[in-house]
Amino acid sequence: MPSNDNMPEMSLYQPVQVEDAISLAGTLAERGWLVGGGQDTYGWIKDRAKRPEALIDLNGIESMRGISETADGIEIGALVTLTELANNALVKERYSLLSSAAGRVASPQIRNIGTLGGNVAQDVRCWYYRRGLNCYRAGGNLCYADTPEGQNREHALFGASRCVAVSPSDTAPALVALEAQMVIRNASGERVVAAEDFFIGPDVDIRHTTVLRAGDVLTAVRIPAKWANAEFYFEKVADRNVWDFALVSISAAMKVTNGTIEESRMVAGAVECTPRRLTSVEQAIQGRARNQETADAVASLASQGAKPLNYNHFKMPLMDNLVKRALTV
Amino acid sequence: MGPNKVNITLTRRRFIKSVIFSAAAASSGAGWYMASAASNPAGGVERLVSINVNGRVRRVDVLPQETLAHTLRYKLGLTGTKVACNRGECGACTVLIDDVNYYSCSTLTHNVKDRAVLTVEGLRAEDGTLHAVQAAFIQELSPACGFCTSGQVMSAVALLKANPKPTRQQAREAMSGNLCRCGAYDHYLNGVMRASGQLS
Repeated sequence: MPSNDNMPEMSLYQPVQVEDAISLAGTLAERGWLVGGGQDTYGWIKDRAKRPEALIDLNGIESMRGISETADGIEIGALVTLTELANNALVKERYSLLSSAAGRVASPQIRNIGTLGGNVAQDVRCWYYRRGLNCYRAGGNLCYADTPEGQNREHALFGASRCVAVSPSDTAPALVALEAQMVIRNASGERVVAAEDFFIGPDVDIRHTTVLRAGDVLTAVRIPAKWANAEFYFEKVADRNVWDFALVSISAAMKVTNGTIEESRMVAGAVECTPRRLTSVEQAIQGRARNQETADAVASLASQGAKPLNYNHFKMPLMDNLVKRALTV
Repeated sequence: MGPNKVNITLTRRRFIKSVIFSAAAASSGAGWYMASAASNPAGGVERLVSINVNGRVRRVDVLPQETLAHTLRYKLGLTGTKVACNRGECGACTVLIDDVNYYSCSTLTHNVKDRAVLTVEGLRAEDGTLHAVQAAFIQELSPACGFCTSGQVMSAVALLKANPKPTRQQAREAMSGNLCRCGAYDHYLNGVMRASGQLS
């Protein structure tokens, strides 16, 4: 039995130009693995649950770093670390939703190396899947979490299709709320995908959580000016304040004029395989005040339609209560 | 000139350089580091690298997939850095890279080639005087069993470099990526506050 303390043998490429990374990603395809901070990567490899032949380390690519102002908002390089994002003055001033979310990821050391690109592209955290079991998502034909004995306290309330794993990212719901655009490059060029369409559920493709495919490199994330300086609320509920993934998180962006909510985006994390937009809540709060009365009236819409598993019913009132807090705090 | 025709009087370093040069020349100007063909036919990084650890530049043969914790402990003999979970979930392996704290179990050694690594062994002054954090941890009896201590020390050092007078809450947050199974968290926090001169 191999020692899981060491990683198995593999090649490592350290491109310094994004073009070289794209060419390597295209050539190696499924045999290669793109690495940002690597905090999702190394566990998979040490556990021998995934075995890429080569790592493509993106950290040498300077053009994928930095946060800059654009004509319509800001552009964040995919290699910007979560610590940088949490502390960046521009992001904190205009899009504090995103800096708050980034500041709640994992632990300080992980935020120091973990990147925005990696945080949104990370794989799901279902422990059966992580253990290397041959479940639906791993290409097999059963789900270990959705069985009478399956431990599914952390799993999905919505959108399950064979797989019941949830989106583990804290920044993903914030990006969906802010109507971010994901910039993806590959050998045939560049495409820009709305954050809302970037994340995909198991009904669309059970092997992937995003639209990224072999040969694609997520190079940047653009945040439009539309939601700059809106009223924001972010809260993540997890078993421990450090390390743990969200049980439920809420990312809310609201434009409030003369005491009434003109427009809003409410997105819940960790209740579905993708960030879940709470459109019924968004519609119900339009034209109302951001106060307790509104909160009490609309909160139960959040969990409407949920299909809880054996051990995750608690996520339904948790979702509702997080919406309440977003509307009252 | 191929690497198999190298003059025997060449140094090892120049030999390896020539191998790298010929490989790079054959790759039509690709922008990534090419490997010595002998060690890794699939291509990738050069294995013999220089890393700056505790102010000394050391030449080490580093596997492509090798973690910094592995290099420090098993190749450089710096066993003050502990490995406990080896998954970035405990903090025992915390080291500083360019004054920022990272989990060395979850950092590739090939990522620290041009950067300065500081481990617990590098904190003591040349005359043997302990770092303020080490001295404060001793005075406050911060460690219980001591296994997480070197990681706790490094996180505290990183905090004080960035913020020499943290509040207790700031210190608590900065130290939150280091587990202590003895539960001596408040003792460590007392140590951080003492090291920052805020506890007499």
